[in-house]
Amino acid sequence: MVPIAADVSAYLARRARWSPLEIAFWIFAFATIWLFPSKHLILTETAILALFAVSLDLILGYAGIISLGQAAFFGLAGYFSGLVAKYGIINEPVIALVFSGLVAAALGFVTSFLVLRGSDLTRLMVTLGVALMLGELANRFSNITGGADGLQGVAIAPVLGLFRFDLFGHTGYVYCLIVLFVSFVIARRIVYSPFGLSLRSLKGNPLRAAAIGIPVDRRLVAIYTVAAGFAGLAGALLTQTTAFCSLDVLSFERSADLLLVLIIGGTGYLYGGLIGAVIYKFLQDWIASLTPQYWQFWIGFVLVAIVLVGRERIEEWGRVTRAFIMRLGARMFARPTAAPDRP
Amino acid sequence: MLTILFDGVAYGMLLFVLACGLSVTLGLMNFINLAHGAFAMAGGYCTVILVNRIGVPFALGLPIAFVATAALGGLFERTLYVHVYRRSHLDQVLFTIGLVFMSVAAVDYVMGSSQQFVLIPQALQGQFIVFGVGMSKYRLLIILICGLLTVALQLIIAKTRFGSRLRAAVDDQRVARGLGINVGAVFAVTFAFGSGLAGLGGALGAEILGLDPTFPLKYLIYFLIVVTVGGTTSITGPFLASILLGIADVAGKYYVPKLGAFVIYTIMIVVLIWRPQGLFARTTAR
Repeated sequence: MVPIAADVSAYLARRARWSPLEIAFWIFAFATIWLFPSKHLILTETAILALFAVSLDLILGYAGIISLGQAAFFGLAGYFSGLVAKYGIINEPVIALVFSGLVAAALGFVTSFLVLRGSDLTRLMVTLGVALMLGELANRFSNITGGADGLQGVAIAPVLGLFRFDLFGHTGYVYCLIVLFVSFVIARRIVYSPFGLSLRSLKGNPLRAAAIGIPVDRRLVAIYTVAAGFAGLAGALLTQTTAFCSLDVLSFERSADLLLVLIIGGTGYLYGGLIGAVIYKFLQDWIASLTPQYWQFWIGFVLVAIVLVGRERIEEWGRVTRAFIMRLGARMFARPTAAPDRP
Repeated sequence: MLTILFDGVAYGMLLFVLACGLSVTLGLMNFINLAHGAFAMAGGYCTVILVNRIGVPFALGLPIAFVATAALGGLFERTLYVHVYRRSHLDQVLFTIGLVFMSVAAVDYVMGSSQQFVLIPQALQGQFIVFGVGMSKYRLLIILICGLLTVALQLIIAKTRFGSRLRAAVDDQRVARGLGINVGAVFAVTFAFGSGLAGLGGALGAEILGLDPTFPLKYLIYFLIVVTVGGTTSITGPFLASILLGIADVAGKYYVPKLGAFVIYTIMIVVLIWRPQGLFARTTAR
């Protein structure tokens, strides 16, 4: 059995290698700090949305769970980080961020057992129901959350005690980008691990996956918890960078928009969330400047058009473009191909 | 106490008329139509325009709302929905959410974002007092209309030839097709009829539920609760589920206003954990 195990690990290692294109992507992402200093506020929103979309990609693209309630974790962590900052329980933003992620992950763990049951529709209902329940709670307990007025009077301390959040969002953007990058590296590590491979297999066919000895339920619980944690990080980032948290962090629209973001970018390769977030923010900004009040119509239109054209077809176009850029990149960063490492 | 029960039943009946079309489409084609509320909204606005602006009598406005929404539903089914049946659930969800967003923005654009009211004829306003219990005339009318509709639906499904075709198609689509039943046509008719019922419900309910452009989003969860709790295999399941939901919601809002809609969400999740196939579903092995 050893040769097969070696083959598998070699295969995994080969897949997990950072391609030149990915490196170029991240270099460009960090270069935006200096390239577009005047756009940092919208870039911050984009980075947060991207992290949120990555969290959905983990469960939708890798485990095949359709969720309409990812906003539950986003919102919970958003309120949590706002409250701990407001009452001075945890002042340092990075520590508060980590704790917010953990709180969201805890909720994810508890609710994951509800998601295990039933069909797509049941999952849809349960995830939606959990988000709506939290939204209703936040609305009713307005003495804690501020209700419809939002959570006000949140003062965020400087990051690591050194970098103060400024009015133009420079600190906020760098902070979000670093958190996004670190989370992305962790997510990437997860999906290219044997664990990630087993997720893919149970997305393809849960029955067969169970037959070859993959504990389906436990894997789903694990990835749902992790994804909830990531969504929580995104929610906490939003509260920390805006020093505000309102009921719409828990709204249905937030979960539905998130699906659109991920669908634009494509599911199941992690970068879909990042690319989708950039395109979505760009589209939203552009449409909102054309029709400030009715941009939702065009968002809906894009969704309908995507489905009618067919996601497979769009992903096919995406693959062709990616392959083209890859070839281009490979030619530019030409390096000697590694010899097969067989003795 | 009895007034709450009465209001709850009226509310539940209304929810049933709104949601039964959804339960049939879900059961028949395994299609998740989140845009069902948009048709209800269309019916509501249709009545508002007819009754308030043109001055059509209320009694005539309701059937027109039904026919108009049914026609709209049929049109959408033949042109758009028909392409999406065979797709994955994710595609269906995306597609129908897109439709909801479009309908919300379009109605906002045409009618404005303020809440609309239907002018109800004088004869239907006010209350009856029966054994010391106040019953609003309008709610009584709703119970009457919805009750008749329920009986009619049950008869159509149980007694007519179309009903037996529909039941056959719901039970096993492939075998039904093999027996020469045109499942596509059955579905188109059912979809149009269900949309029409939703439109009628929206028209009737404009007074009680409130009618504004966010209607499809606000009541989406209620329709889905009715369908998931009631199951999709029969018409009695969703009916009982709607009545339960109506009473629970009215009672919850009356006795524990602090929690509001929290009560029904909790009930829904508990039911889904306890009986994932629905409270009243037959347990058939498929």
